[in-house]
Amino acid sequence: MNRVYAKRRRRNFIAMSCATLATAMGLGWLMLILGALLWRGLAGLRPGVFTEMTPSPGSAGGLLNPIVGSLMLTAIAIAVGTPVGILAGTYMAEYGRGGRLTQAVRFINDILLSAPSIVIGLFVYEVMVRPLQHFSGWAGGLALALIVIPVVVRTTEDMLLLVPNQMREAAAAIGAPRATVIRFVTYRAARSGILTGLLLALARVSGETAPLLFTALNNQFWSLDLNAPIASLPVVIFQFAMSPYDDWQQLAWTGALLITFAVLATNILARLLSSRGSAKS
Amino acid sequence: MTDIATTKATAALSGDHAAAARHAMLNRLRIGDRLFGLLTRSAAIAVLAVLGAVIVSLASGASPALARYGFGFLTSLSWNPVTEEFGALPAIYGTLVTSAIAMLIAVPAGILIAIFLTEICPIPLRRPIGIAIELLAGVPSIIYGIWGLFVLAPFLQVTLQPLLIHSLGNIPGIGGMFAGPPYGIGVMTAGLILAIMVLPFVASISRDVFTAVPAVLKEAGYGVGCTTWEVFGKIVLPYARAGVVGGVMLSLGRALGETMAVTFVIGNARRISGSILAPGTTISAIIANEFTEADGELYTASLIELGLILFIISLIVLAVARYLLMRIEQKRG
Repeated sequence: MNRVYAKRRRRNFIAMSCATLATAMGLGWLMLILGALLWRGLAGLRPGVFTEMTPSPGSAGGLLNPIVGSLMLTAIAIAVGTPVGILAGTYMAEYGRGGRLTQAVRFINDILLSAPSIVIGLFVYEVMVRPLQHFSGWAGGLALALIVIPVVVRTTEDMLLLVPNQMREAAAAIGAPRATVIRFVTYRAARSGILTGLLLALARVSGETAPLLFTALNNQFWSLDLNAPIASLPVVIFQFAMSPYDDWQQLAWTGALLITFAVLATNILARLLSSRGSAKS
Repeated sequence: MTDIATTKATAALSGDHAAAARHAMLNRLRIGDRLFGLLTRSAAIAVLAVLGAVIVSLASGASPALARYGFGFLTSLSWNPVTEEFGALPAIYGTLVTSAIAMLIAVPAGILIAIFLTEICPIPLRRPIGIAIELLAGVPSIIYGIWGLFVLAPFLQVTLQPLLIHSLGNIPGIGGMFAGPPYGIGVMTAGLILAIMVLPFVASISRDVFTAVPAVLKEAGYGVGCTTWEVFGKIVLPYARAGVVGGVMLSLGRALGETMAVTFVIGNARRISGSILAPGTTISAIIANEFTEADGELYTASLIELGLILFIISLIVLAVARYLLMRIEQKRG
């Protein structure tokens, strides 16, 4: 084998080794992060975490109020964001397919999908917290809803576009009006895909911290009042992790473990659902 | 037209009870159809309006600071709540430097991962490994923050940072970049965390655009005896270039706006330091740290103006990214 061949083969070998190494490194980060979470988080996991309130420094306590607060905020976000997102996605895939408005919305929506979430928090502060003069759970829910919408719009449009046109034509041919076709034919055909989008949106917002910092704020006590500041798991993790107290840091790790596994489980569920949906069609 | 049809139908069928019922039914459907169409259209317009509303409300919130400092805000170094002197330069600098470090690491690593996934990886493993990498993108940013603060920063403080200080720190010229004590937290740590966070974005978008390269082109390359690396460098990459650049810009947009992970490890020092080992701040970190404590109209307005600057920078970056990726899609579809 001459020298040129040897050199090319060597170069190829080096490049491919680097590629393999990079992948190993990427997977390694995931393992390291999950490992640290399990290691530090499990140490503080006990039933009290789910039944007790957040403690003051130096005493024992749990994460009940932030867990409930997070669930409520996420519920508002999904309840507000889903209808808007699905309807907008429906317009783009059904009524205005290929139109100017659709193209503009798709472009803007894709930008909103990656826009800095802290700016969304500032926006909600400006339009809701400042005029009403107080931080509130509703404001936090609204901020999260604004993050849900782009995710739902994107997946809804993609999934509706996958529905074969013959199905719409068949329904229209027996005299069904357009809204009926959409509601009873295309929505049903795209159901698992749209549900996947909702799950992805859920996974995305349940770990969001930045938009809640100055909308829902935080609350050390038990409160279900959405007109008042309300605790949420990510914000409590932030506050506790940055504190100098050992018990608070321990609770932060435990909270981080809970959030991560909830989010990853939702993500995996969404993927299973979408792969089953695509295998069927 | 509908009206004429309706009148005709009414005239022809008047008196016929069943026909009238059918007519009413059809009318109801028609109105429902109209309403539903209108509803979806307004939802689509609402999505557009959100973007405009964000810009307008941030600009109005920032107006006291805009009026007071004008363009000087962008170039001023001071950040003093007591004398109400505010400038954005340290935060903008920190944002750009941390993102630059992140991209310097994540782009080559992400592209290499994409090469592995499209060329080397055994086919049954491709999906699971791809999903594992994408899960890295699903981990909430606060988790990266807490991990960075308690695991990565102490580790860097005793390993990589002393090493950098003692080796590169002595070289004249670039030595200043690695000067000072190893704090653990700081600009470099924040950049590293960001790199880990955007790595999955670079990797999965690159993988998608590499997969879109027509197989015949690659086969032609292999047919004349190219190695995998040569096929990648001379065929795949030139074909997929716009898509890769789009993916990189998208990841840059993410890195610029990332808040929580950076806030934990940046150290919150509102000054510009030549050394990347020193603590610094970013736009998002300064907002996250100080907004709720900001008293006084000017303080709040300055923070909102920082948010506006961040939003505009990331808008431009993301718009370029989407434009490039859209072009790739049109080429493919």
